[in-house]
Amino acid sequence: MSTPRVAVVVFPGTWSDRDFLDIAPLVGWDARPVWHAERELDGVDAVILPGGFAHGDYLRTGAIARFSPVMAAVESFASAGGPVLGSCNGFQILCEAGLLPGALLRNDHLEFRCDWQGLRVESVDSCPVWAGGMVEGQPIRLPISHGEGRYYADGATLDELEATGRVMLRYADADGRVTPDANPNGSLRSIAGITNPRGNVLGLMPHPERAAEAEVGGSDGLLILQSLAAWLSEQPVAA
Amino acid sequence: MQLRPGIADPEGLTIAGGLRALGFASVSEVRSGKLLRVSFEADDVDHARSSVEAMCRRLLANPVMEIATWEVRADDEPSEEARLA
Repeated sequence: MSTPRVAVVVFPGTWSDRDFLDIAPLVGWDARPVWHAERELDGVDAVILPGGFAHGDYLRTGAIARFSPVMAAVESFASAGGPVLGSCNGFQILCEAGLLPGALLRNDHLEFRCDWQGLRVESVDSCPVWAGGMVEGQPIRLPISHGEGRYYADGATLDELEATGRVMLRYADADGRVTPDANPNGSLRSIAGITNPRGNVLGLMPHPERAAEAEVGGSDGLLILQSLAAWLSEQPVAA
Repeated sequence: MQLRPGIADPEGLTIAGGLRALGFASVSEVRSGKLLRVSFEADDVDHARSSVEAMCRRLLANPVMEIATWEVRADDEPSEEARLA
């Protein structure tokens, strides 16, 4: 299995890029930062949009970032089927860019929430890029750290997400039960992570990069991040 | 820009609670939003309107969750801020 080359996009105000770059050797990635003003991704295997407050999150979260020069390259990479993962602010940017449906609104309790959070993994078959190796209904535990993570989409969009197996993560208790009490921000249908129709773009509010070592309290983030290399190794080599 | 009707607005709910706590008991609802003032030059009011509409569509409002309303004011005099500058 070759080492995936991963671009970690850095906007002004991004803060989780260092975490992704720090844990890349553990995950088995050859990762490098890509400044938001770049227009090329230079043949990487995957793109990460990390968390933070890109462009200060002014106007709306992700609203300015989605027009950064690098995003045109990210959009064409994604539409060609390239693996993209947006965590936290990255998820908000993907929604603003229209690569994922819906929007992330202010948490229902108005508090910034930074905590470990239980999650239930779903739709593993429709997202082999990021959910390979996990099983349907698997409970995992990842940190969350956001003030604007309340997933919203209209009813028809939510129904379509469910019907097409694109809800990959829901907020859940430690046993993987999806309950109102386990929902940390008021997200509709407890949605914590969704994919695009093709399954190559994942947006999630939790931070897998902050859960890659037992020393920091958990390593379930590796389940998502290490799925990439396995998936890449199964792809036919481009002619 | 305001959240679309029907989308929960916890900020508005909290402000409404604050008003009621101050004795404004008749307050039934507060919806929060954001007000921007954009200054720019245009040939006439119609051009200004179509520019504002395009600005809202491209960037200022997210139609997934927000509704934008706007008004255009012609102002041939420099604004107070511009005079101070």
